[in-house]
Amino acid sequence: MEMIFVAPPAPGRLEDLKRRFFVTPLQALLSLVSLAIMASLAWKLLNWAVFSAVFTTSGGPEACQAAAGACWSVIAARWRIILFGLYPFEEQWRSALACVTVVVMTVLSCIPAFWTGRRIALVWGAGTALYYVLMKGGVLGLAYVGEEAWGGLALTLFIFVTTCLIGFPLAICLALLRRSELPWISRTTGVIIDSVRSLPLISILFTFAIVLPFALPQWLQGDKLYRVILGSALFFSAYQAEIVRGGMQGVPTGQEEAAMALGMSYWQRIGRILLPQAMRNALPATINQFVISFKETSLVVIVGFFEILASGNAAYGTGEWRFAYVEVYAFIAFIYFVFVFSLSRYGGFLERRMSVGER
Amino acid sequence: MVSLLRNQKARNALLQVVYVGSLGALVLACAMIARRNLAQQGITSGFDFLYKSTGWDVSFSLLPATANDPYWWYFLIGIINTLFLGSVGLILATVVGTIVGLARTSSNELARLLGRTYVDIFRNIPLILQVFFWYAVITHLPTPRAAHQAFGMLLTSRGLYAPIPNVGGVAFAAAAIAFIGAIALPVWLGRTSRLNRPLGERLGIQLAGAAAALACAVLILAGGRLPGLPLLDFPALQGLNIKGGLRIPPEFSALAVAIAIYGGSYIAEIVRGGFKAVSKGQVEAALSLGLSPWRIFTLVRLPLALRAMLPILANQYVWLIKATTMGIAVGFTDFFMIVALTINHSGQTLEAIGILMAGFLTINLSLAAVFNRINKAIALKGNQLRG
Repeated sequence: MEMIFVAPPAPGRLEDLKRRFFVTPLQALLSLVSLAIMASLAWKLLNWAVFSAVFTTSGGPEACQAAAGACWSVIAARWRIILFGLYPFEEQWRSALACVTVVVMTVLSCIPAFWTGRRIALVWGAGTALYYVLMKGGVLGLAYVGEEAWGGLALTLFIFVTTCLIGFPLAICLALLRRSELPWISRTTGVIIDSVRSLPLISILFTFAIVLPFALPQWLQGDKLYRVILGSALFFSAYQAEIVRGGMQGVPTGQEEAAMALGMSYWQRIGRILLPQAMRNALPATINQFVISFKETSLVVIVGFFEILASGNAAYGTGEWRFAYVEVYAFIAFIYFVFVFSLSRYGGFLERRMSVGER
Repeated sequence: MVSLLRNQKARNALLQVVYVGSLGALVLACAMIARRNLAQQGITSGFDFLYKSTGWDVSFSLLPATANDPYWWYFLIGIINTLFLGSVGLILATVVGTIVGLARTSSNELARLLGRTYVDIFRNIPLILQVFFWYAVITHLPTPRAAHQAFGMLLTSRGLYAPIPNVGGVAFAAAAIAFIGAIALPVWLGRTSRLNRPLGERLGIQLAGAAAALACAVLILAGGRLPGLPLLDFPALQGLNIKGGLRIPPEFSALAVAIAIYGGSYIAEIVRGGFKAVSKGQVEAALSLGLSPWRIFTLVRLPLALRAMLPILANQYVWLIKATTMGIAVGFTDFFMIVALTINHSGQTLEAIGILMAGFLTINLSLAAVFNRINKAIALKGNQLRG
């Protein structure tokens, strides 16, 4: 007997809407309430941000204050200080180029072709060096600009990049030490990791910026910026070490035994068998940790750095634009959002891609 | 000597001694340099400073504070402020997170979209930016003269003023504990195995327990009432300022709101993950037994989701408690701020940092212990997990 399958008739527009949003009275109520919330929020937001907003600087602060909506002229007037801080005005193209370097570097390290230890180290090493030369100058005919004049987005990115650059190898070291078979080494490392993890990041930054100079000899103190970066790298590595360790635990012990049977040395086993597989297991959590630590670089504002949040405070804090704080914060929030959202989306994409591979 | 180095055991022992020894030497060297530097400034080390009076004031305190109080009292104030802000923030964030998380798991597409928009926006903006934002919003509110008014509460740039009963501090705290008991007692009575009555037939005892605890709370409030004053103290404008009522300072509200919104977006994801972890078969089994949607939710999905959520939730709570230290950005006197002020004023750097570490270790460890206990109590036992 031949069976004939007939597709049910395609539902009409109205039918479809009804099926999706109004199946039961409760569903209908939920849909209507959500719709009402979304519509009113969207309308209010659009009205504030677009329809009754002021975009040009021609009227100055006065025209802004008279308007009912957002005052984007504060951004038009102050974007340079928000993005570049106190960096010398005519050199700000260098600061901009340095930011682009960091973005390119991040994009490159998201491409799987660069995922070998050597290539990723090369990308990050070269990127950071280029950034440093661009910002600091003093060579290649670039005018010298000291760290104290760095600010805004460029400083935020620098702190993030150097934190990862120092923190990541440190994290692998800590994870290996904690996995060590020698009880005293693994236990001491465990205590270090756990105590750093239980402290708030702010207290670590504060300790490194303000307290540490007391406990260090003069020649070891260095610039406050680098001490803070060291503190934030330590914090990052304590968290990342646990992620890496989790990844290592996911590698079957048979792998290492096989490597031993082949007569590989400890470093060969770690570098060629254990770490590549562990890093693959730990990849989603690692990206998540990068996202979190990018957001947390904003905390250096508390120990007195002129990063993007502080420069934003300065942009609206002076006399004439005092009323326009919402717009400035919205602008900074948008910058953070672009970076963090794209990174976390990429993390989600990777996770899906990898789970496909495992099936 | 060379042959000793070829011996695996000797090499391991040497390695450990070198590692632990160099770490210890590093710490010791730092401590000695710090001690010498501080001694040069005329600061003696030791914990004697804890009994000296501070000479400065705190802007927000749940306990009575004056500039004559000793340092150890100030540390206590700081810890209590941190715990208070932490618990208010945690409760608010949990409420927000549960609502948004449920919206994200609901069968309604629009509700899911709404929840997802919320999470995407607030998770991707740093917490400290949100703290600054809410602080700026609150301090730009109208002056006391043009305050927003609702339900006897006043909202101004100097904070939120709420009516408060005219009751002594100790009685107020005791009443608050009794009130929490009124909520917790019925739950405990409903679950304990010490009562020899079946679980479904305990409504009477539960109600009686709740009523007794509530009566206790009312009695304590009535007994601790300050003489010669009305029961409720309403805030009111007097001259240029507001007198009476309970003032919730802008620093506190900004932090609480920011933690609730930011933490809520993370907890929403945890809630969503918990419900996603409940296998479809469980719900289908419950459906085939003919349970109503509400009972499926409370008897099947929620308990199973809670088990999946708890360990991650514990981590999130520890993180949120640590996040209260952002109070220093807007001037809320939490534990960390007291430590920072102590270092500034007394110079007892090493001791203050030690107290800070000990304090946060204690808070984190006790929170972890509580969650471990709950986790163990509700974990599926034996072979229930198989299959």
